[in-house]
Amino acid sequence: MNAKYIARSSAIAARKLGDEMIIMSALNSTLFTLNPVATVIWQAADGKTPLADIVQGTVCRQFDVAPELAYEDAEALVNDLAGHGILLVSEQPISAQAPQEPR
Amino acid sequence: MSLMEEVNARAQALGVPISAHIDLTYRCNERCEHCYLEHDDKGEMSTAEIFDILGQLADAGVFFLVLSGGEPLLRRDFFPILERARSLLFNVKLKTNAVLIHEAEAQRLRELGVEQVQISVYSHRPEVHDGITKLPGSLKRTLRAIEFLKSQGLKVTMANVLMRPNVLDASGVHRLASDLGVGYTLDPTITPMMNGDKSLLKLRAPREVLREAFRDPTLVGDVDEFCAPPAAPDDDALNATACSAGHTACYISPYADVYPCVQFPLPSGNLRRQKFIDIWRDSPELNDVRSIRARDLPTCSSCTHLASCSRCPGLAWMEGNMRGPSTADCEKSFVRTGIPSANMLAKASAPARRPAMPGLVQISMATT
Repeated sequence: MNAKYIARSSAIAARKLGDEMIIMSALNSTLFTLNPVATVIWQAADGKTPLADIVQGTVCRQFDVAPELAYEDAEALVNDLAGHGILLVSEQPISAQAPQEPR
Repeated sequence: MSLMEEVNARAQALGVPISAHIDLTYRCNERCEHCYLEHDDKGEMSTAEIFDILGQLADAGVFFLVLSGGEPLLRRDFFPILERARSLLFNVKLKTNAVLIHEAEAQRLRELGVEQVQISVYSHRPEVHDGITKLPGSLKRTLRAIEFLKSQGLKVTMANVLMRPNVLDASGVHRLASDLGVGYTLDPTITPMMNGDKSLLKLRAPREVLREAFRDPTLVGDVDEFCAPPAAPDDDALNATACSAGHTACYISPYADVYPCVQFPLPSGNLRRQKFIDIWRDSPELNDVRSIRARDLPTCSSCTHLASCSRCPGLAWMEGNMRGPSTADCEKSFVRTGIPSANMLAKASAPARRPAMPGLVQISMATT
C-alpha cells in the first residue's frame, strides 16, 4: 500500500464549532460539517504526516476504534473531501503550505 | 432543517457568534439618498486594531464575516485586511458599490477566496441609479466591475433597495441581474440614520408599490406561499427569538463599537476598551436582547402575524422599544396578506394618534 499524504486546501473557510468543524468550499460555496473524528483527521492534514500515521497516532489514540477499520473509514472520508476540493491528496508529501489550523 | 440552520442552531446553543459584520469605514465615494451613515471619519480603527479584532473574532468562533462600509475599498489597507481575514479562514462576504473594482482588484478578490460580493444596484437606468448615488457614471462603473468579477468566476449578487426614487425599476434590475448571470435580492427596508434621524423614512416605498412587488413571482418566488394568511402562532413561535442579532451575530463599527446588528445600533461595548469575548458574553445590552422571546412582546405576542412576521428588533428599538413592534414590518405583513397587525389595530383604535414615522401614518389610517 502506497503512503497517502493529505493537506488542507487554501480555498476554504473553516472554524471549529464545539467539537465539530464547519468548512465551506470557496469554489462552490458548499457547506460541510465534520464530526469529531473527521475533524481530528482534517486538523492533522499538514501535508507531511502520512494518513496511516494520523489514523494510528491520533485517531486511534483519541477514539476507541480498531486501526484497520479506522483507516478504511479515514480513506473514504479523505477521498470524499478531496472530491469536493477541500482536501489535497497525494502519494508524496505535499509541499504547498496548508492554511493554518482553524481556531 | 437545512445544514445552515443546523449550524446556526448549534452556534446559538453554544453561545457562539457565528457571524460578524465589520464596517471598515463610513467614508464613501457615493452619497446615496437613503444612506443611514454619516460619512465623516471620526477616528476609524487602524490596520493593527482591525488585525487584532479579526484574531479575537476567530478565537470567539466567528465563521461568516461581512466586510462592508461606507465603501470598504476606500481604505488603503483593504486588501491587507482581507488577506488577514482569509488567512484566519473566515468565510468572507464583501458588500461594496464596486466603483473601485477593476480587473486587478477582481483578480485579487478571487485569489483571496472571497465567497461572495454583494453590490448595490438601484436601477437599470443610469439617470435613476446615478440620481440616487449622486455619483455621475456610477452605474456604468458598477456594471463594468460586475463583469470583471464575473470573469474571475466570483459569486456576485445585486442588492436592490426599493424606495420612492426607484419604485418603477425592481423588475428592470432583476432582468439586468439575469442578463449578467448574477444573483438578485430585493429589500424594501429603509432605516432611520444611525444617529436616530428619521427623515430618511419618507423614502420608503409606498404601499401600492410594495403590494405589486410582493405579487411578482420573479421577485418573491411562490406568490401564494409568500402572501398566504399567517398560521396561528404555536408554542414554538411564542418561544422563538427574533433573529440572529445578538444571539449568533454582531456588528462592529469603524470606531470599534459593538452592536447586535448594523440595523440595531444598541451600544453594547467598544473594542478599544474591552475584549470582544467579554463584550459578547457579558454585555448587559446583548444579554437583554438575548432574553427576549416572542411571548414577551407586549403587542406582537398577540398578533396574528407572529409566526411569519419579519419583525426587526433593531427597527423596533429605533422606534423606541426593542420589545415593541417594527412598524415597517407590520406594513410588510399587511401588504403581503391583507390582514392588519395587532399594532395597526391598536393604533387604529387609539383615541388620538400622533404619527411617529413619516410615510407610515397612512398604514394605520387605512386599517380603520
